[in-house]
Amino acid sequence: MSVEETEETPEIEAGVTVEDEVLETLGDTAQDTEEHLNADASVVVRPDQVQDTLFALRDEMGYDHLSCVTAQEYEDRYESIYHMKQYDDPTQEVSVVVPASKDEPISQSAEPVFRTADWHEREAYDLVGINYEDHPDPRRILLPETWQGHPLGHDYDQDSPQIVTLGEWDNPLRDDHVDNEADTMFLNIGPHHPATHGVLHVKTVLDGETVADVDPDIGYLHRCEEQMCQQGTYRHQIMPYPDRWDYVSAGILNEWAYARAAEDLADIEVPEYAQVIRTMSAELCRIAAHMLALGTFALDVFGDFTAIFQYSFRDREVIQNILEDLTGQRMMFNYFRLGGVAWDLPEPREEFFEKTRDFLEELPAKLEEYHDLITGNEIFQLRCVDTGILEPEVAKSYGATGPVARASGIDYDLRRDDPYGYYDELDWDVITEDGCDNFSRVLVRMQEVEESAKIIEQCIDLLEEWPEDDRTIQSNVPRTLKPEADTETYRAVEAAKGELGIYIRSDGTDKPGRFKIRSPCFSNLQTLGEMSEGEYIPDLIASLGSLDIVLGEVDR
Amino acid sequence: MSSDNPIDGGSTDMLTDTRDARMGEGLDDRFNSRLREAFGSSPFILTKFDKFMNWVRGSSMFMLQFGIACCSIEMIHTYAIKHDLDRFGAGIPRASPRQADVIIVPGTIVSKFAPRMKRVYDQMPEPKFVVGMGSCTISGGPFQEGYNVIKGAEEVIPVDIHVPGCPPRPEALVYGVAKLQERIANGESSPVVVKPYELEQFGDMESDEVVDKLADQIDEDTLAMRYNWADSP
Repeated sequence: MSVEETEETPEIEAGVTVEDEVLETLGDTAQDTEEHLNADASVVVRPDQVQDTLFALRDEMGYDHLSCVTAQEYEDRYESIYHMKQYDDPTQEVSVVVPASKDEPISQSAEPVFRTADWHEREAYDLVGINYEDHPDPRRILLPETWQGHPLGHDYDQDSPQIVTLGEWDNPLRDDHVDNEADTMFLNIGPHHPATHGVLHVKTVLDGETVADVDPDIGYLHRCEEQMCQQGTYRHQIMPYPDRWDYVSAGILNEWAYARAAEDLADIEVPEYAQVIRTMSAELCRIAAHMLALGTFALDVFGDFTAIFQYSFRDREVIQNILEDLTGQRMMFNYFRLGGVAWDLPEPREEFFEKTRDFLEELPAKLEEYHDLITGNEIFQLRCVDTGILEPEVAKSYGATGPVARASGIDYDLRRDDPYGYYDELDWDVITEDGCDNFSRVLVRMQEVEESAKIIEQCIDLLEEWPEDDRTIQSNVPRTLKPEADTETYRAVEAAKGELGIYIRSDGTDKPGRFKIRSPCFSNLQTLGEMSEGEYIPDLIASLGSLDIVLGEVDR
Repeated sequence: MSSDNPIDGGSTDMLTDTRDARMGEGLDDRFNSRLREAFGSSPFILTKFDKFMNWVRGSSMFMLQFGIACCSIEMIHTYAIKHDLDRFGAGIPRASPRQADVIIVPGTIVSKFAPRMKRVYDQMPEPKFVVGMGSCTISGGPFQEGYNVIKGAEEVIPVDIHVPGCPPRPEALVYGVAKLQERIANGESSPVVVKPYELEQFGDMESDEVVDKLADQIDEDTLAMRYNWADSP
């Protein structure tokens, strides 16, 4: 751990570490410091000084990205951790640790500083049971309103019965500002609706054809991913679950998030050869995920169930075939292992390379076809250009990442900014667009497919040339991993939808003490209201499609 | 015309002969399908009406467009270009439950979603059939131990066909749908084997600790579902 610490603390000026600077900025607010493997500084602050601390860090030191809020319960206290980063340089990380008392777990809300904290704190309240003062909307978010207890708290009894209501005609405007004269209409979109990309429920209030209020209601696919990971052993039992977070064939990208966090926690090296395979397979997944985003978006925007939707699924089939050759599975790959990958490329290798190269060769022509059909289409342009505007400052406040952020001109890609795998050795570009609208988000995804293809091609060149006696696919990892107790880390990778981060705290056993997933879709979905309020209802559907959410990852 | 040729003992020889005589030799035989072989040129089919209806139901199923989780991606692939479920007469998905005969349940069902799924199932017209896709709809699958996960679709609605896998390949789902068609054609449907979780009015629920606690939050006539996790398999 001490080795890590010296490595990870960049010297700003001679002798002055980031931690010193942070402590100087915060002055008396900082009560204590902790050690998080990822962060340059972790400060402990009092629960009533959260806002002051975050304001100071944001405005004076430039930590403008509240990546994640982790809540957990210890034997003697509750704790919320605010993982902060900088959009300009995500390797600059600071954790703000806020303990709260066991009897009265009350902590100040960070919502006035970062709007993304809204949902994150609701989730913390829902699952762990910390109350946030000044929170604008302190409700449960993932579990039904009528749920009893907080399932990730210590004294939760999983066998106690629960009652869930079906109240589908609830009008969210009825309670607050009752106005019988108002000419608005309440509309439920989902949870079973073709345009919601899964089981999302959007409570919408319409004024004529204009959206007056949007309240995404999530939790229809909350299948306890964090609990599952906390019950599994590091070495074998956790890896299958990441595949099921973002399930649109982006499994390997998710596995990488867990692998990165756990490898950081247990200090495991990954052989270079395995890194190349990881990079290649991850980018294949990214193409598959973006293809689905493209197809379903076209389906949303001009109801094209025939051409584009089917074309994109045709291309996904090709990728799934390649990935099946590599991993043995079409969707739930379970291919990564801590310290490498499960097995080498399939034999005969030439055949695999040829198959992949064939796909890459055909890709430009296919993309051309998509551009003809989608981005060049007048109806599509009318629907998407200048609709669903997301200003960069708003996007940052909501913690938006991935293509959603990059389409708002935020140049943020963890593959380049916080390099992992083999990305920094390869030649590729980060795509950004300045349009901030639905059209830009589509453009970013389509161009990212090209960049991914470039990465895959270079990886294949490398793998073809790789000397036969140097093909180590896994480093030597003990059968049972027991990282030192109270080691904490938060590591993120660039998944298909954005920054997918994992916080792990070890408790000295072979299972994590706390496993928290920071899902990019969860943060991105929060911007929906911002994008669609005051717009027409069809634009709401287009905006929702362009966010490209996956409910498995939103709800976890 | 052909009614002059009575069918005797199931043999179609005479009909075939007649047809051959009419067509003469050297003709295109693409019209000689097996159906024609069986029926000759007779316009009559003798069958029981319910048997006929079962055959029709099995051969033209309207599926409900219903995506839940990971399996729905494989389900889309089954509908889409390579596997094309439509080849088997299982149609393009319908967006409204009122137009659908079959619901494929593709994914994990959690406490918040089960009442909604029950409602969607109730909205489908009879006769209706259910295909449970994936391990989650069998037992809760990999999430079986989760605090929020229903231990299988059968806890909520009766299921006719279970397709195992996580997720099942499209081929497996096609096989499951084909099996369902076979069952429908044979007039079979699934008996309800467990007492499912039901939607009931909150006022009708037996009083216990949870009900008492929620009494001031929930209206008497609100529909609700009670999960007895301790009794779950």
